[in-house]
Amino acid sequence: MTESPLFALTMARIREFLREPGAVFWTFGFPLLITVALGIAFREQGPPRQVVAVIEGPRASELAGILRAEPLLAVELLPADVAAARLRAAAVLLTVDGGASAADPIVYRFDPARPEARGARRTADERLQRQAGRRDALATRDETTVARGGRYVDWMVPGLLGMQLLSGALWGTAWNIVTARQRRLLKRLAATPMRRGHYLLSFRLAGLLFVPVQVAVLFVFARLAFGVQIQGSVAAVMALSLFGSWSFAGLGLIAAARAQNTETANGLVNLLTLPMFVLCGVFFSSNRFPGFVQPLIRFLPLSAFNEALRHIVNDGASLASQGAPLAILLVWGVVSATVALRMFRWT
Amino acid sequence: MDAAIRLQGLVKQYDDVTAVAGLDLEVRRGECFGLLGPNGAGKTTTVEIMEGLTAPTAGVVEVLGLRWDKDADQLRARIGVTLQETKLFEKLTVEETLRLFRTFYDRQRARDVETVLREMQLSEKRKSWVQKLSGGQRQRLAVALGVMGDPDILFLDEPTTGLDPQSRRALWDTISALRARGKTVVLTTHYMDEAEFLCDRVAVVDHGKRIALGSPAQLIDDIGGHHLVELSTDLPLPPEAVSDVAGVRSARATGQGAATGLALSIGEPHVALPALFTRLAAHHARPTRLVSRAATLDDVFLSLTGRTLRED
Repeated sequence: MTESPLFALTMARIREFLREPGAVFWTFGFPLLITVALGIAFREQGPPRQVVAVIEGPRASELAGILRAEPLLAVELLPADVAAARLRAAAVLLTVDGGASAADPIVYRFDPARPEARGARRTADERLQRQAGRRDALATRDETTVARGGRYVDWMVPGLLGMQLLSGALWGTAWNIVTARQRRLLKRLAATPMRRGHYLLSFRLAGLLFVPVQVAVLFVFARLAFGVQIQGSVAAVMALSLFGSWSFAGLGLIAAARAQNTETANGLVNLLTLPMFVLCGVFFSSNRFPGFVQPLIRFLPLSAFNEALRHIVNDGASLASQGAPLAILLVWGVVSATVALRMFRWT
Repeated sequence: MDAAIRLQGLVKQYDDVTAVAGLDLEVRRGECFGLLGPNGAGKTTTVEIMEGLTAPTAGVVEVLGLRWDKDADQLRARIGVTLQETKLFEKLTVEETLRLFRTFYDRQRARDVETVLREMQLSEKRKSWVQKLSGGQRQRLAVALGVMGDPDILFLDEPTTGLDPQSRRALWDTISALRARGKTVVLTTHYMDEAEFLCDRVAVVDHGKRIALGSPAQLIDDIGGHHLVELSTDLPLPPEAVSDVAGVRSARATGQGAATGLALSIGEPHVALPALFTRLAAHHARPTRLVSRAATLDDVFLSLTGRTLRED
């Protein structure tokens, strides 16, 4: 096996990677930093307190006292003009005006287009009405559950892995191949009996070797730092990650097929990856885009990967149940490799 | 002896440049054949066509009796190549690179890595990264990679360009040793001393055409003598004043203005030089500068084109 050119090329690729100081950091360390940053930015702090202002007047301190007992509200006591200005600036969601005496109705001022403002009005009114004597007509009971797998960070981590694998696969192949072409290494290799397909395949194989490490590092870290758990099977996550990475690498080969220098390669890789980072549900759900682009988005390789991975990690689905996304990844992987080999220039 | 390489009417046209403008060549098996010419003469293009890296615009290309459009796989297994200024896998060691290239060739035929390291004097550097090698070591590695498959023909494109004199000599010795083992070697160079030292036959190329062909000695002979004399005198003399001196084959004027002189091609120095001094005395002229030297391929090129091989 040591005599096999494919093995030798793959080993050469792996050695080159491990001996490049920056490569190890960018592949393993950088995604962790992003996870930490985003996890902190979007951390669950409990439901945010809604800011309301009680307008100064005869009933103000009484009303403020009742409202302060409500944990969901943050209450400020303000003069009318300041309160109005803050309401306009959206610094407070709601102003409560008690009027001159108990005979006056309590006036709520808010912007009904903002759901949080409507919520604040409801909460404030509920408190005040209860204090004044409102009773429930029906008997009810609350049973609360903690939805693990339902937080933003749980949703985000699989998307980050997808982004990382796509990015790694494309940069790993395109950058290195185009550099080799630029340095005429490809030309030198083209003069040997080396099979062209072996050269391209060695990049995909070497890339696969790093995938389990990336997956493990990311999920272990996410578990320790944020309590993110894989609801499905770890083996399924690994298998999907390897398969996705293989598929993504095909795009890298296309970007590398003709580019004569690294500037062009940079441009092509960015052209391929950046739209997918935006469209494919990495940082926010792709459902936010209009309905008519949804079918297009679903067919992108990163979407397929993220969708399947989320089902496995957050919903506990099996790998077998993800037939559609797997098929999409397969098609991309095979077609891109075939096209790339056809298009490939050695000089 | 059948030809190792045969080129007939070779033409290579790029958009606005004709790199090769109708070239005929034959390289015999077992010889060291040189393509000599200045930069831009079309040597590299010609060699890359022979190596199958570029397709010709027109003409016949036969290597080892085979053709690139039909027998590419076979040919690649039987030739070895070094390119101009190749950068290799910078972070692999010398040994790793050799082993990698070895896997491309037929197991039975490929050379042993230890032996090649020794022959190319790279044994001490076997664990060094390629990027840490000196220029001379890199070139030796490039040649080592070229011979890994025990090729029938070895192509060397400007193998000593950019090397210091010591490394050049070392590489010449290596190439000579390869020749001694019966390999056919095709070499491009713009150094005339390299062509004279290494090559059995040389094709002089300029502007994509062959302008002379023969062994170095033959080519020098053809310009009319193996010795040259460069002469300046205090009283300027026209070439006719010395061209009929015994032993002088030809004379021509060189230089302009204040730096005029004569270039003479002579037969045997011990006959021509005394006769020349006698003639100068007869004209009451004294030599201010006299250089007597052996003719080189540079002189061949100069006499064929009016330019020197090295534009610098």
